[in-house]
Amino acid sequence: MSDRPPVVELEGVTVAYGAQRALQDVTARFAAGAVGLLGPNGAGKSTMIKALLGFVVPSAGKMRVLGYDVAVSPLPIRARVGYMPESDAHIPGMNAVSFVAYCGELAGLPRVDAMQRAHEVLFYVGLGEARYRNVETYSTGMKQRIKLAQALVHDPDLLFLDEPTNGMDPIGRDEMLNLVRDLAHRKSVNVIVSSHLLPDVEFTCDHVVVLDKGRVAAAGPIEALKQPRGRVYELRVKAAGDPEAFIETLRTAGLECHATEEDVMRVFVPGDGGARDIFRLAAGAGVQVRHLRPSVPTLEDVFAHAVGER
Amino acid sequence: MPIHDQGYRRYGGERAAHGRAWAVIASAGIRTMLRKRAFLGLLLLAWAPFFVRAVQIYAAANLPQASFLTPTPEMFRDFLSQQSSFVFFIAVYAGSGLIASDRRANALQIYLSKPLSRIEYVFGKLAVLLAFLLLVTWVPAIVLLIVQVVFAGDFSFLVDNLFLFPAITVSAFVQTIAVAATMLALSSLSKSSRYVGILYAGVIFFSQAMYGVLYQVTRDSSWAWVSFNANLSQINAFVFRMRPSYETPWPVSFAVLAAVVALSAVILERRVRGVEVVA
Repeated sequence: MSDRPPVVELEGVTVAYGAQRALQDVTARFAAGAVGLLGPNGAGKSTMIKALLGFVVPSAGKMRVLGYDVAVSPLPIRARVGYMPESDAHIPGMNAVSFVAYCGELAGLPRVDAMQRAHEVLFYVGLGEARYRNVETYSTGMKQRIKLAQALVHDPDLLFLDEPTNGMDPIGRDEMLNLVRDLAHRKSVNVIVSSHLLPDVEFTCDHVVVLDKGRVAAAGPIEALKQPRGRVYELRVKAAGDPEAFIETLRTAGLECHATEEDVMRVFVPGDGGARDIFRLAAGAGVQVRHLRPSVPTLEDVFAHAVGER
Repeated sequence: MPIHDQGYRRYGGERAAHGRAWAVIASAGIRTMLRKRAFLGLLLLAWAPFFVRAVQIYAAANLPQASFLTPTPEMFRDFLSQQSSFVFFIAVYAGSGLIASDRRANALQIYLSKPLSRIEYVFGKLAVLLAFLLLVTWVPAIVLLIVQVVFAGDFSFLVDNLFLFPAITVSAFVQTIAVAATMLALSSLSKSSRYVGILYAGVIFFSQAMYGVLYQVTRDSSWAWVSFNANLSQINAFVFRMRPSYETPWPVSFAVLAAVVALSAVILERRVRGVEVVA
């Protein structure tokens, strides 16, 4: 854990949309640096960010961003954070440089400075050549970049990025992830990346908070979470009957198991157990082990373990 | 650092205190509208009655045979009433998309993620519409008053009718505030500026038609409070010390317009949010 104080703290936060609880008694700390906010769709990631920005008011709990109480000081917080929303968003009728400069002015920058920053930031995100085009004519990937530019123009201390690679082609996605990584690791901008894409978070972040059904399922440094508390194997089997029955056998024996591809599964053997346990259970179930390879724990394992995905 | 440098650098310059973002929104909105040629044409057209009245004042002051054109307080009231049609078109043109376009482009979450409150956002948008509406009501009426003094070469008309300045101001501001608040509230209800324009026209014409029907049935003009324009007319008549066109007392008309503004504020409070919550 970093020596620096956490940039975001939540304490017993509950957010409800009518009868539907999007966040339930969430207590979490986001360390300085780059933190991934992971979770399946509907886990409450976007709701958490919107609550931190003051867009939605929690029915219970306290939140602090950069040391400010969200309920008391929403404007000082917004002056120091940048927000890249998940959905397409822009100011209609403006070209890119006017849009980004306008966002800078809204954040309190003098007009001349805002315009200069707009040019710089647009070059930084890779839109330098397209900065005089109307934003409405941009492709999906360019719209993602312009959203990042408007979030950066006033030089925030903390960036909330909600699904930053949504809809981007592979090259654009890599470039976006490199930008996020650069901001967090070289430019001293704290970043919270909300995503359901594990590789994105693993590439850009050092810490992770895993949300599931509105609750924190796991949190901490990614490397620490990936430390093996047993052994992980990649396994392919051929079963005479239903392979699900074998999976159930493994689970009954205390082994965690989740499918990664059609016929490949990852099996986590806790404690001092090893491959011998898997062979024994396979023999007992009459299942042929076609492939078994020791593996290293990944963020996917952490995620699957945390949210109980099978 | 040259502008073409692709690196990112931290910003060390000054930042304005909170509470000024509404002016940024207003000035950007005004600049955006002034870039539209059709809108500029509409503004010029809205000033045409001013030039007609200015010629009338000039003729009355300089040509003895045109003394029947001598300006009266009623002329200023009539001038403001005539401008109502331009107020309608400018409200539709400049106002219908003010919030609707932002909602269509999901811009509200961009705005409200910046250090500005929802009230600042609404005031910024309101200021755009108020500026243009006052530009075709209060400004030309006041300039006409000045033109009268200049062409007459003395202050006698102004001194004899000292109430004209406050009357013009109150009349123009009541009209523009009521129209701008209504239009802004309607604009927050939809993502289509075209639909908002139709809705606004519906509100204005339907309320007038409703009064027409009620009058035909009851033969009583005290029902005029149901009409948006009739209420404005009653206020106008009161502040210009003229005989009102309807039997509705002016405080009732004022209360109705105040209620419309209050209802608009409630709608804006519910609709202008960073996140749309569907419970």
